[in-house]
Amino acid sequence: MSKNDIKVALIGNPNTGKTSLFNQLTGLNQKVGNYPGVTVDKKQGVSKLSATQNAIITDLPGTYSINPTSIDESIVLKTLLNKDISASPDVILVVADIENLKRNLLLFSQIKDLEIPTVLAINMVDQMTKKGITIDLSILKKELNTEVVLISARKNEGIQDVKEAIIRCHVAAKASPLCSIDSKIDADYFAKLKEITPNYSMYELWLMVTQNNFPDSISDKEKEKLLDFQRDFSKLKNYQHKETIYRYQEINKILKKTYLVDKNKATDLRSRLDKIFTHKIFGYAIFVFILLLIFQSIFDWASVPMDFIDATFADISGFAKKQLPAGVLSDLITEGIIPGIGGVIIFIPQIAILFMFIAILEETGYMSRVVFLMDRIMRRFGMNGKSVIPLISGTACAIPAIMATRTISSWKERLITILVTPFTTCSARLPIYAILIALIIPSKKVFGFLNLQGLVLLSLYALGFATAVLAAFILHKTLHINTKSFFVVEMPNYKLPSIKNVFFEVLEKTKSFVLEAGKIILALSIVLWFLASNGPSSFDKAEQNTIENVANQNLSVDELQQKIASAKLENSYIGILGKSIEPTIKPLGYDWKIGIALITSFAAREVFVGTLATIYSVEADDEDATTIKQKMASEINPDTGQKRFNFAVGMSLMVFYAFAMQCMATLAIVKRETKSWKWPLVQLFGMGLLAYISSLVTYQILS
Amino acid sequence: MLPKINSLSTIATLHIGEIGYISEESLDFIPLKLLEMGCLPGAEIELIQIAPLKDPIYICVNGSHLAIRKETAAKIKILKSNS
Repeated sequence: MSKNDIKVALIGNPNTGKTSLFNQLTGLNQKVGNYPGVTVDKKQGVSKLSATQNAIITDLPGTYSINPTSIDESIVLKTLLNKDISASPDVILVVADIENLKRNLLLFSQIKDLEIPTVLAINMVDQMTKKGITIDLSILKKELNTEVVLISARKNEGIQDVKEAIIRCHVAAKASPLCSIDSKIDADYFAKLKEITPNYSMYELWLMVTQNNFPDSISDKEKEKLLDFQRDFSKLKNYQHKETIYRYQEINKILKKTYLVDKNKATDLRSRLDKIFTHKIFGYAIFVFILLLIFQSIFDWASVPMDFIDATFADISGFAKKQLPAGVLSDLITEGIIPGIGGVIIFIPQIAILFMFIAILEETGYMSRVVFLMDRIMRRFGMNGKSVIPLISGTACAIPAIMATRTISSWKERLITILVTPFTTCSARLPIYAILIALIIPSKKVFGFLNLQGLVLLSLYALGFATAVLAAFILHKTLHINTKSFFVVEMPNYKLPSIKNVFFEVLEKTKSFVLEAGKIILALSIVLWFLASNGPSSFDKAEQNTIENVANQNLSVDELQQKIASAKLENSYIGILGKSIEPTIKPLGYDWKIGIALITSFAAREVFVGTLATIYSVEADDEDATTIKQKMASEINPDTGQKRFNFAVGMSLMVFYAFAMQCMATLAIVKRETKSWKWPLVQLFGMGLLAYISSLVTYQILS
Repeated sequence: MLPKINSLSTIATLHIGEIGYISEESLDFIPLKLLEMGCLPGAEIELIQIAPLKDPIYICVNGSHLAIRKETAAKIKILKSNS
């Protein structure tokens, strides 16, 4: 970033094609960071405006107004009030949708009053003829007293004009308010407000008062004076209402001179599609059908790349083992780091496919219809129609799902959604379910056509959703948080999804998973590797003892190696840990070996299978499922002489993993999003307790 | 014909396809966010759809297509063009 770069803040209503414009301006030159102190992602990109001039473009969350109602939207105000030279924008680029120009201009009028140079880009002008819209650009420019550009971001039209307008606007560096709200509402009141400090415009001070949002550069004395204005709350509210009405009056005056819609040309595609998608029977049927289609595709499409990733990482590990000199460091790399990274990468296909579907559903405008259909049902459980999106995303991974709750403006509804999302069956639970189902459920058909194993898997998904909803209901009745639940969702026009936008969305969500979950899974893998490959004195003797014990059994080299590995694990720190928790988990039907796997799978649930593979002395880099399965199937419980993984133990384990909060990365994200350790701890112990009791009951009934 | 003033009419009492005008006296009952989205006193409002479980409702006002909950809708009085 160079000093001469123009800092541009990109602002606009949701569904105006703001993301398309951002992607057109910056291409692949974008990165996601965090705003200091807040959790919302900050998307920035570099755009080449001319041969000599670059711009740093910050894509701010979509909002209808700079008066925020959700965490996402509060970022916009924070960024705009910031006078810090390095962060405050030089130029604001407001994106508006030609069809909803009136409402879009409200946000524009607020921005304009901040007295920062502003460019207005009116998007989707390719739709003008179809929608019967005509616009007088030169008068509009004069009336709005700003640079106005007509663009079609999806078709990449007018982007050059935007770039030139940004440069002109930056050079001119003049800015004047559009609406003089003071004289229309209460001139004396606003004059007193303006007297507080000359460093901010009157409208900026007004925003600080109404939104209770004070930048660092405001002194304590000034802040005190501003707080005085908050005393009369009903006056404040009344003036805010008056302000909005006045703004609309001004906008209407301007649009009357410049904007014309021929209503006869409006198509009724929206109303026809709405009749189907929000129909009381077809609406839900289509939603369920789409969900089934998504899950089916995830299973079908993801298995090939997942097998490939699995095999590749085993190869890399094997290759590294051969190339590196034997020693602790090489063990760390081949047994700790490489499988750790592999354990993260393997989930990318499923996560990317799911987020591709979600991005398409959002791009087309269908997701808003789902929110509309589901709000009443979700509200009964203390959630919001918007909670549907995190709950569906949770079937891939709870991390991006929890981040998707930010659009929910009611804190109680958002918190409940965050707390119950980890109950939905995420992709890390699948390997566990897969192997246990293969062990304990016979592969036969029921009713002639349904595969019993598939049916059990489906019931586990249903169990996850049902528990999430039930837990939400209990939280709804027990949590006493007084926040106003307010709900308004725009129902955008239906449109075809843009491949570019879907691609960038999938890239961003996958990145957030890899970075957030990845670093924790990797770190824990290394810790667990250390605990498994070190131990007290008995650990060092394990190899020698094993060799002596089996000396006359005539084992092959491979078999001997497996025996040694198994004996070492038993005597390692983690083996000792497993044995020490054995009394607690015995009533659930588990032994110390399963105990080890329960502990290691805290990094991520799927580590369970890998750990058992190691314990049952299957070679670590040959995770051939049938071998693990055979070893698990032949494992005997010495107390009963029966199979260890019988029906009761298998069911008990599946129930345990369905409920337990076995994921450090999710706990870390919940801590970040709720800004407190209280809620992740509630999840850890609440879900843990539920898991323990349910598994206990399951095992005791079935055994 | 002049609009008939019916004090019991709110957005929540509209039928699908019916049109009303937001009354001026409602101003203080309209949440700021809705106001900002175009739900202004005097504006023409059409009920487009009611969700299958009778809530939320789907309205069109000032060119904005919005879904709002019934509890919010019930607070906003309207004048119906008499029919």
